[in-house]
Formats: sequence, structure tokens, C-alpha cells
Amino acid sequence: MSIDSTAVSNQRPAIEFKSSTFAVPALIINSADLKEVNAKILQKIQQAPEFFKNSPVLLDIHSITTEQLDLKLAELIKLIRGHTLIPIALRGGHTELNDIALKSGLFIQPLQTLVDTDKPKTSAPPLETKKSPPASTDPGHPVALRSPIRTDRRTKDDGNAISRIITSPIRSGQRVYSEGDLIIMSQVSAGAEIMAEGNIHVYGSLRGRALAGVLGKLDSRIFCFDCQAELISIAGNYKVKDDLDPAIQHKPIQIYLQNQALIIKAL
Amino acid sequence: MARIIVVTSGKGGVGKTTTSAAISMGLAKKGHKTAVIDFDVGLRNLDLIMGCERRVIYDLVNVINKEATLNQALIKDKRCDKLFILPASQTRDKDALHLEGVGRILEELSKDFEYIVCDSPAGIEKGAHLAMYFADDAFVVTNPEVSSVRDSDRMLGILASKSRRAENNEEPIREYLLLSRYSPERVRLGEMLSVADVQEILSLNLLGVIPESKSVLNASNSGVPVILDDKSDAGLAYADIIDRYLGINKPHRFIEEEKRSLFNKLFRSK
Repeated sequence: MSIDSTAVSNQRPAIEFKSSTFAVPALIINSADLKEVNAKILQKIQQAPEFFKNSPVLLDIHSITTEQLDLKLAELIKLIRGHTLIPIALRGGHTELNDIALKSGLFIQPLQTLVDTDKPKTSAPPLETKKSPPASTDPGHPVALRSPIRTDRRTKDDGNAISRIITSPIRSGQRVYSEGDLIIMSQVSAGAEIMAEGNIHVYGSLRGRALAGVLGKLDSRIFCFDCQAELISIAGNYKVKDDLDPAIQHKPIQIYLQNQALIIKAL
Repeated sequence: MARIIVVTSGKGGVGKTTTSAAISMGLAKKGHKTAVIDFDVGLRNLDLIMGCERRVIYDLVNVINKEATLNQALIKDKRCDKLFILPASQTRDKDALHLEGVGRILEELSKDFEYIVCDSPAGIEKGAHLAMYFADDAFVVTNPEVSSVRDSDRMLGILASKSRRAENNEEPIREYLLLSRYSPERVRLGEMLSVADVQEILSLNLLGVIPESKSVLNASNSGVPVILDDKSDAGLAYADIIDRYLGINKPHRFIEEEKRSLFNKLFRSK
């Protein structure tokens, strides 16, 4: 948020802080045996050398900490850097390990309170990397702050995405983003924008913009109780208010995609 | 601890300063020690409407820069000894304000005032942000027309996400709707949004409707808060608003057109 706008000069300020989101692969370490880890990293990199070259990674040592294994973190970081990966953050460490990480120039990413659906099984390989889906839109300043870097261990379309429920009105100028479904129990004002990777439900009046399936999920739907929307979009297919049939105004409707066409049906 | 009230709207010219003057005077008249602060640095108006412009020596920016103490800058109202005014600076701009300084002043005032009314400038930039940041209650002044309603809606979003209470995850600011410059006749003619329309768009607790009234302009020009004019409907509307804010249940008025008697209809053209 910038409130220090200087009205007098039109020049761009020398620096600007803006919130932004980007996706980082998480490197999940399940073994404290550095030789084994080294071998596995090498194996992975050989599969796609260009993909891993200078790629930032987030180190997830959650299972090491839970199993209380003795991990030589400083050496691990050195090892990873040696493979042209750039470790930027640590997740799931305890205080001592966090200190080492900070000294090595990594920041500490708190463990997200998401339900871990892919908890590593005992037979799981000691190392896995998963690329999280790219964040296509910058959600600006959603009602609740999201962590600056999202590293999802969820795969796309796994049906376990976290839905968000919002009970207070979404006011003009506010933007809300959900990585799963978005359920609004109140109204969405004109000039507000709600976005979800999954479905959108609005149980009050929808006067703003609603964008479902923003990452391309074609079977996303929008349900609303009182449609007065400025714009509706499913997986990039959109209609503005002028294109909407006046007969559906103020009506409970659902919107879905069929053969690239938006279908609007009364409920 | 004082209760901090911000009078805000987003849009300009809807009656924020008139409202700030009226409600601060109303609260003081009820015996509550009240301070009213003009945050519109550079476009100082509150002192004119309060009729104390000739007694301004120090202002808000002087206190923030520690060039004067609060007691030196506060102007005691001549009509009510419970009311104090902290004027804005006319020679500076809003960049002279900063969060730390405003916080310090409000904290100091909180020690011996019951209510602190912050008169916000228009817009959503620094001045407006600082005026609302520390608030406990917000009086959102709205005119019954679409652009004002839209701006109020935007302001409500900012109140809900960028105030101290929101940032500290405390109980949110209590928001009240004040619908000003309302004319039931023009609503009937379809020239104005009705109370119901505005409430539907903003879904907000209506604290009162202030009718469009000549007495507001007269009061501003003569430097007397309109609430002191107990013959004007706007003055009565503000008195009702104070009562409702303090928890006294008063039915809403000035929403319907005044019923003219048959006699009036026959013998008066208007």
C-alpha cells in the first residue's frame, strides 16, 4: 500500500515496495544422510538440467524435525548450492536450524496451516520436488494477508484445495483470492473483485467482478443469489454486464462453461 | 480511555466538516468532554465552521513537530466549555502528518477527553488514512447519489482492512451511516437514491438522515455548528444522531415527505 504519493512530481520514485507472488518449488528433505540426498539431487538434475539451473528452492525439512534426525544443515545448503540450485528459504526447522539458515542467507518460511494431504509415507523416496501451479494474478491486497511465497504441496485438481469462507461484505476496491473455492456469505460491492482457482458462491448480492477457475479449471462454476455482476469469468471466458441478459439481473443463477461458451442458468 | 470517532466519506463536499462540527458540539452539550481535530491539512475549514478562525495560534502540525504543546494548540469553544478544537495547518500539506505523531497526539488526548472526533479530508490518501487509522467508530457521511455511495463503499473497505484495529486483529471499527443532503421530494421524483437504496448497497447501520437544508449553509457561513440551531430540521437531525449514538432509541425522521394539510394544499402553491 502506498500512501506516500507525492502529488507534485510525476516522476517515478526511486524505489517502490509492492507485494508480489511467485511460485517456488519446494525441496522436501526426508533423509539426514547427505550422501543419499546428494545422489538423489544429482539424479533429478540429470533428468532436466535446464529446469534446475539457478532455480530457487525452498527447503522443507519438516519430516527431519518431526523424526528428530540430526541434519547438518550448513553442509546441506552448501551441497545444494553446489548443484546450481539457489536455496532461498527454510521451512519446518526448529530454532537452532532456523538460526543456521538465517546465517546462510535464507529466510524462514513458517509452516502453512494447510492439511497435509501428501504426507510422505515411509516408502516414499527421500527427496521429491514439485512445481506448484504458477500464480497468474497478483491478488493485490486481499482481505487477509497471504504469505508472500506460496509453495504448494497440493497438486492441481486434487479436490483438496482449501476453500475460503468470507462473512463480511467485500467493499469496492477490495480483492479477494482463494486457492480453492470461494464462499461469500455477504455482498460483493461494485468495484470489488473476487477470484478463485475453484468455484465461487455468493449468498448476498454480487455487484462486482467474479472470476472463477482463474488458473484454467474449466469445470469451475459461479453460483450467486442475486446477480448484478459487472463481470463474470470462468477460466478466462468472460462476459461484462452489457453482455448479460437483463432478465437474469437480481436473479439467483449459476454460470458454467460448455464448449467454450458461458452458460447462465436460473437456479 | 476516549472513544475516537472518525468522520469520513471518500468523496468531497458531502458534509464531513459540517458533521464533525455538529456531532462534536452535540456530544459536548451532553456533558462529554470532546476534542475535534481537523485533519484536512492545507485546506483548513473546521475552524471556520466552528467560528474560531480568529483564535488559531498553533495547529495540528505544530503539535506533531513538537513546536507547541497540545494545551497551547487546543482552542476552547466559547459556547460550550466541554468542547476543544485542534485546527489544521493552512500553510502545510498532508505529508507533514505521520503515523507516529498522530498516534502520540491521540494518546495524549485520550487521557482527559471522553470523545475525540477526527474530521477526515476527502480522498483515500495519507490524510484520510491517518484520520481513520486509530478510530474506534466511523461515521460514514454519504449523499444519496451513486458516486458518493461508491466512494463510501471504498472507504468502508479501507476501514475494514487498513486501520489499527484491523492490523492488530482487534474488534473491527464500528461503522455508522449518515445520509446527508437528503430530499424526500427528489427521491419521489426519481432524482435521488432513497434511504433503502443506499442501505441496500452499503448494508450499514443507519445512524440518521440529515435533510437538505438552507440552515446548513447559513450555519457554516456564520460559524455556528448547525446543531445549535434548534429550529432547523438539519439541527434536529444531528441532535437525534447524537442521541442514537449514545444509545437512546429515537425513530428516524426526515425520510418521508412532510404531509401537507388540505388547507396548505389549497392555499399555498408550494
